Amino acid sequence: MNDFVAPPIDWAAVSPVLIVLAAGVLGVLLEAFVPEKARRTTQLTLTLAALAGSLVAVGLLWDRVQENALSVVGGSYLLTPFGLGVQAVIGVCALLGVLVVAERTTTGQDAFAPAAAAVPGTAYEDETRRAGLQQTEIYPLLLFSTGGMLLFPATDDLIVMFVALEVLSLPLYVLCATARRRRLLSQEAAFKYFVLGAFASALFVFGIALVYGFAGTVRLQGVVQVLADPSVSPLGSMPALVVVGLLLVLSGLLFKIGAAPLHAWTPDVYQGAPTPITGFMAACTKAAAMGALVRVLFTLANGLDPATRHDVEVALWAVAILTMLIGTVVGAVQTDVKRLLAYSAIAHAGFLLVGVVGMDEAGSRAVLFYLLAYGLASVGAFAVVTLVRERTVSGDDTGDGATGTVPDDGVVLGEATRLAQWAGLGRKAPWLTAAFSLFLLSMAGIPLTAGFVAKFGVFSAAVEAGAWPLALLGVLASAVSVFFYVRVIVLMVLTPPPGGEQGTAPAGVASSGTTARDQQGGGTATVTGAATRTLVSRTVVTVVGSRGPAAFAIAVCAVGVLLLGILPAGALDLVGQAAQFRP
Amino acid sequence: MDTQTTMQTLSLAPWLVATPMIGALVLLVAGRRTDRWGHWLGVLASAATFVVGLVMLLDMLGTPADQRVGTHTVGTWIDAGALHVDLGFQVDPLSMTFVMLVTFVGTLIHVYSVAYMDHDVDRRRFFGYLNLFVAAMLLLVLADSYLLLFVGWEGVGLASFLLIGFWDGKRENAVAGKKAFVMNRVGDMGLIVAMMLLLATFGSLSFGTVLPAAGEGATAAGQGVMTAIGLMLLLAACGKSAQLPLQAWLGDAMAGPTPVSALIHAATMVTAGVYLLVRSGPILEAAPDAQLVVTIVGALTLLFGAVVGTAKDDIKKALAASTMSQIGYMMLAAGLGPIGYAFAIFHLLTHGFFKAGLFLGAGSVMHAMGDDVNMRRFGGLARLLPVTAITMGLGWLAILGVPPFSGFWSKDKIIEAAFVGEGWRPWVFGLAALLGAGITAYYMSRLFFMTFAGRRRWRPDEGSGDDGAPVRHPHEAPRLMTWPMIILAAGSVFLGGILALGDRFVTWLEPVTGHAEHHEPVLPVWLLMTLTLVLVVLGAFLAFRQYAVAAVPVEPPPALAVVRAARVDLYQDAVNESLVMRPGQYLTRALVYSDRTAVDGGWLGLAGGIGRLGARLRRMQNGYVRSYAATMLGGLGVVGLVVWVLAS
Repeated sequence: MNDFVAPPIDWAAVSPVLIVLAAGVLGVLLEAFVPEKARRTTQLTLTLAALAGSLVAVGLLWDRVQENALSVVGGSYLLTPFGLGVQAVIGVCALLGVLVVAERTTTGQDAFAPAAAAVPGTAYEDETRRAGLQQTEIYPLLLFSTGGMLLFPATDDLIVMFVALEVLSLPLYVLCATARRRRLLSQEAAFKYFVLGAFASALFVFGIALVYGFAGTVRLQGVVQVLADPSVSPLGSMPALVVVGLLLVLSGLLFKIGAAPLHAWTPDVYQGAPTPITGFMAACTKAAAMGALVRVLFTLANGLDPATRHDVEVALWAVAILTMLIGTVVGAVQTDVKRLLAYSAIAHAGFLLVGVVGMDEAGSRAVLFYLLAYGLASVGAFAVVTLVRERTVSGDDTGDGATGTVPDDGVVLGEATRLAQWAGLGRKAPWLTAAFSLFLLSMAGIPLTAGFVAKFGVFSAAVEAGAWPLALLGVLASAVSVFFYVRVIVLMVLTPPPGGEQGTAPAGVASSGTTARDQQGGGTATVTGAATRTLVSRTVVTVVGSRGPAAFAIAVCAVGVLLLGILPAGALDLVGQAAQFRP
Repeated sequence: MDTQTTMQTLSLAPWLVATPMIGALVLLVAGRRTDRWGHWLGVLASAATFVVGLVMLLDMLGTPADQRVGTHTVGTWIDAGALHVDLGFQVDPLSMTFVMLVTFVGTLIHVYSVAYMDHDVDRRRFFGYLNLFVAAMLLLVLADSYLLLFVGWEGVGLASFLLIGFWDGKRENAVAGKKAFVMNRVGDMGLIVAMMLLLATFGSLSFGTVLPAAGEGATAAGQGVMTAIGLMLLLAACGKSAQLPLQAWLGDAMAGPTPVSALIHAATMVTAGVYLLVRSGPILEAAPDAQLVVTIVGALTLLFGAVVGTAKDDIKKALAASTMSQIGYMMLAAGLGPIGYAFAIFHLLTHGFFKAGLFLGAGSVMHAMGDDVNMRRFGGLARLLPVTAITMGLGWLAILGVPPFSGFWSKDKIIEAAFVGEGWRPWVFGLAALLGAGITAYYMSRLFFMTFAGRRRWRPDEGSGDDGAPVRHPHEAPRLMTWPMIILAAGSVFLGGILALGDRFVTWLEPVTGHAEHHEPVLPVWLLMTLTLVLVVLGAFLAFRQYAVAAVPVEPPPALAVVRAARVDLYQDAVNESLVMRPGQYLTRALVYSDRTAVDGGWLGLAGGIGRLGARLRRMQNGYVRSYAATMLGGLGVVGLVVWVLAS
């Protein structure tokens, strides 16, 4: 009997993933041992340090990977320059995302429920809220999820990829359910995400099974070899298996990036999840899944014969067109900021797919830059959303519309996500508005922002690959999408803030749902008599101050978006190095 | 790095963009701290840019003509495989012409704005935007590649958007700003598509590579591609320069402060489309079909704008219609090929002076009349506002094309060039240009006489005269406002003659536009000149009888169908509505679109239509997991079907 020989493992190559996952495990233990007071600080420090460490590891590996892709345990972990590039994007976005998660604002509350397991509306829930409980488990969960994401684009093994998919998804399902406010919505979102995610996972696994049936291996390299020489495998003469399998695996990945027709979960989940998590999810999940998609697609499709490859391209075209169409058209009618950003995320998935149809180096380079540009804008935009809140105001204090000084007696409630509530935000918080406008302009692809360089990159990659009709559609779709981004900017900057000098005119604009009627009642009261007016309580929109982390994250995102737009040369250089795709 | 050039001052080019940009940054970032002196910083930044430009111009004049074209490359901007773009500045007679126009007129308007915006609490922000505009406009004309030009192109669009909506709080301003932005984006789409086609055809976006290769490009890539590129560039130009069919935004853009209308919506930004086409001359020459479309668009717009101008009672909207029409002349000339380029730019230059002067005059009149813009409530102002009346009068004579004023030299040449050619073209385009000159004379004289001549249709105090008339206390504007008007008026008088003597301007542009052989028009030149003058005098005389001699009714009188149509911009909004918006509405009528302003006419109707489609699609997002899962499965089935059908 032979002794077990441990395979040689290149620990350095695995370090970006390992650091994050180890910190996650450590975080769970800390939860048990660190006293409650110090818990949040400890967890936060650990999380930030782990992510920063992972980024450093990525940086150290950069030059090594340029020479040769690093394969660990026979390709179970395969670090290509592209994979490392995606890891870098995920690392940067995760770091910024965690900063937003850590934000407690001047109200002293973070965005998470004190006891996520409590049934909403029960006495127990009230008790935990009064006791000021905090959920610090979110930090290890974030780390686990990030670990899965880092592994996702860096493997050659479909089974490992599946494990990574689950490792990144399961913590996200939980995180989605932990919103402090609108908890039912949050739990519903988590449930939907979970059920539909399971559905997508099933498709993914079924795809793996078919690919395995064809090639007798789950290693992508192995499959390519079988494609080149079908006699190696018993079912090698049935390439239909691998095409269907590939399409099913892609379906699982398309679900994660939110491409139509697998996009249905996106708006509901983006809306229901705690906003900092939405930002994290939007940026990092998209990057990870896109990285894995590029990896699978480019490796397998380039091994297929031209006719079969054409089938795959047709499918990609169909999905890309459908995704852009749904994202922009339905996005145009959204009245909720978070849902609007969700549809924008769908549209961006479509634009990303336009970049990959060529399945060449230009495509992977464009996609990588796009992921970074979109990730920064997305984390930043959702961070801004976390700071725009509703506040109750009693009586006839209308607040001063011009300066935004709202009497300090009210309680700050949840986020003011209805678009109408954002009217006149430019007066209340000029810098925040400027940053949000910048993110929106970047998403719209206006020059001098990162979004323009990114969009130009994916579209010209498509044109070079001969897919100019697709690029043309992309340009058309982005021109239409400009409309809904500009609508928000016009609303914030040019539309007069509600509750201004007209007094009764903005009824229902400033306040939400049920209180809108109160407000109108208040309006009538000004005519009929002042007595009833003081009894009316309503909500106004206010901007809460950041205690630092979120403001810092927004500033970094804004500077990043501008820098990538004005001087993209440096980033494009790095992306160019990373795009030397060596499967 | 530079091509063989002996220009010493080439390296100053980046400062032309940087100086106003620094001004804008300081004013916008430093905030309220700069409120007290911010406006003078804005003026200083603009004036300093003018001085830099002047130094470069003098240097260029001292350089032999064949060495006046140069590029100054600062560094690599984007280097991503196939796409390599340098951050470079194109310095040649064409771009320097624009630099001088933008900085000179720009500085005057900055000075004017110091007084005009005196009472505005946000004057500093206004100057920040103005500086931003100057920087972006200079970047646009100095860029040495289409991509960098596009950055400036979007920059001026942004500045225009911010300035149209500057007096926010008024809903119409917000809507006007948005309308301008969205319609401009339709044009920008054209530019993006053109850039991609250029990149795919020539592998580059820099002028230095693309333009010399355009001739061979037509043979290599096929006529169709070149025509497509030409038409896309035209679409871009139409959006920016308010030409048919993207003209609807310019009238609404008058909601912005008047100095903005003078600088951006008359003298500089709206002429960027003409610049783009003249700069892309070789591409258009390689695509004769596209060239013909440019000419047709120009001819149609010049008549459209002129007809609309005859019926507008709002002094600024009348001037806006006139701008549209005059740019139509420039487009017409740009579409004629090398014989037209120089005249297009020449007219652009003189128009920049006299139209900016007219707008500043209109601002002065509004200043005097309590911000009223309705010309039916003006009248008899000549004696009370002598400086305004004289400067506007000179601008009026210039736009009419009366010799020896500036407009005569430039417009007459365009009419002459339009009559050159064979077959039906010279007759159609020439007669359109000729007719346009007559109508121009009518509507501009109408504007002038309604404002300054005739009986006053307002009251100096409560007691006297007609009870319905508003009470006004007209007074001449302060010196800071009158001096820019006087200088612009001097330009309206002399500039054209000075530059036209001995074909100086045409020779000056030759390094860029190429030498054009002289062709004789189908009618003798003296006859054309006489015909033009007769039409102009006729138009002016009609207006004189109708608006200076006869009493002007204070309410628009019932009129012919043509006039009624012109009053509502020849139904431009209605046409857009029924062609673009209605089909969308048929999709579903019951669902109310969330943002009513979106349905406001024009191309926004397209958005409205999409909104309705979206509202229907949104119903599918019903919140049930089971239906989501069904959608996913069904959708995958459809994709599978598509693959199966297309693959087999």
